[in-house]
Amino acid sequence: MQYPSKLIEDAVNEISQLPGIGKKTALRLVIHLLKQDKESTLHLSEALVNLRTQVKYCKVCHNISDEEVCNICSSHRRDHTVICVVENLPDLMAIENTAQYNGTYHILGGIISPIEGIGPDDLKIDSLIQRIKNRSNEVNEVILALSSTMEGDTTAFYLTKKLKDFDLKVSTIARGIPVGGELEYADEITLGRSILSRTAYLHG
Amino acid sequence: MHLENISLNCFKNYSTLEVAFPKEINCFVGANGSGKTNLLDAIHYLSLTKSAFNIVDNQNIQHDKDYFSIRGNFRVNTKKYQVQCSLQLRQKKVVKLNQKPYEKISEHIGKFPLVLINPHDTDIIRGGGEGRRRFFDVIISQIDPAYLGNLMQYNHGLKQRNSLLKQFAESGNPDMDLIAPYDQIILDLGHKIHLERSRFVTKFVPIFEQHYKNLSEQKEHTSLHYTSELVQPDFDSRFRHNLQRDMALHRTGLGIHKDDYVFKIEDYPLKKFGSQGQQKSFVIALKLAQYDIIKDQKAFKPLLLLDDIFDKLDDFRIKKLMQMLGEHKFGQIFVTDARPERTRAIFESLKSDMDLFLIESGNIKRIE
Repeated sequence: MQYPSKLIEDAVNEISQLPGIGKKTALRLVIHLLKQDKESTLHLSEALVNLRTQVKYCKVCHNISDEEVCNICSSHRRDHTVICVVENLPDLMAIENTAQYNGTYHILGGIISPIEGIGPDDLKIDSLIQRIKNRSNEVNEVILALSSTMEGDTTAFYLTKKLKDFDLKVSTIARGIPVGGELEYADEITLGRSILSRTAYLHG
Repeated sequence: MHLENISLNCFKNYSTLEVAFPKEINCFVGANGSGKTNLLDAIHYLSLTKSAFNIVDNQNIQHDKDYFSIRGNFRVNTKKYQVQCSLQLRQKKVVKLNQKPYEKISEHIGKFPLVLINPHDTDIIRGGGEGRRRFFDVIISQIDPAYLGNLMQYNHGLKQRNSLLKQFAESGNPDMDLIAPYDQIILDLGHKIHLERSRFVTKFVPIFEQHYKNLSEQKEHTSLHYTSELVQPDFDSRFRHNLQRDMALHRTGLGIHKDDYVFKIEDYPLKKFGSQGQQKSFVIALKLAQYDIIKDQKAFKPLLLLDDIFDKLDDFRIKKLMQMLGEHKFGQIFVTDARPERTRAIFESLKSDMDLFLIESGNIKRIE
């Protein structure tokens, strides 16, 4: 594409680096910014610069945080005996939004996938082990909340092996029929798995 | 199953074409390059949503045009269906059933099954094991959808394991906890796939042998064996002990991805010792067995496409094949031949109800 101005071209090139944005969308955004008053663009760039320069990662669980330790890890109301292991921030937020979990988290920053060159050393696995070692009489359960894919299962298997020498319970989130889901529309693998890992009804 | 008519727009060498097929047997005759096989390929598109000869869809658009469209009306038992397959340049291929586009084109495959026999099929015999595994995998997947899912999972696990082997070899430091889950996936799925393949071959072989005997009048003894490392009772431990070798080669040396199907004639490998005619009969018997298996599965007869197969067969085998056609073992059939007088003579001797079409550079004419 030919641009009338080098300034527009530079801005388009930078914006189109972002995921899901092509050259045409980038150009539309650039033109939109030019139509707005100067302040709004300055606010945007300031917010982006601050985001990048001031963001911190919690040194305990690697959650994004404004402080050294995130507000989940530093909260007295959370249950520090349970650690829920997740792949990334969106997964943590998804579990937080359920309002069903009151323990702490550990963000791995990915899952093991040799094809993409991601091994255990690229993930925050050592820090999880270290964290449990340091507080071994405090932590009594690790919940593995990883995607139900081959890569998620492999990572869960690997973590289970690494955690087997600690005196704690390792569990994984249940796989099965979604709430409100009708059986006839469930795929065979999910339905098969939910039959295998069926749960007993509690009486009384 | 019956294809009642087909209409083409800008497909290969056809600008526009509309033709009805009221009869069971349909022969396309014409000079080389006139478009006989292209017409079979259009039928192939309606059944399997792709070409049998060129996997690049947009190369099947007529030169200097920017789209092709194929439409056909099928009748299965008493129900009627319209299938349309079209491609606009730089857009996604669209397949519609009764005017409704599929969200996933793969859902169409298997609804209007077809078996094509053509001269390139001997590659199944002469080529590598991959082609033979694919031939059988395609049939088993049609019978058992779970098989295809397992196979895709297996191949994904294999790719992950091979990448891991390469990383282990480079670092010189294999982590057993890391490779163990992949080993387990490959072993678990491998045993399932192996069992399905063994079961299938047991069912397939007698049907195949019957067809071969019929085509060759029992002159030669043939055999078809499924070979796999997984028949060894100690396969799992051999697989695990092979790690050093796997690491050195950066790939997994044992497993169902190394399975093969061995074809023999009088106890000698068909690949090396079979004559062209024997190989041809073998392939036709394989395809006819495929036809029977699909017919049983669907409880109706698939289409049978015979592309230019008379050239390589001797008169005896042609006569045998035609006898089967005459006995109405098949449903609707489409045949191509460069020599009209030969086809006419063969089918007239059968006294079958047939249509003969002359194809000349993208035009079709029914011969009375």
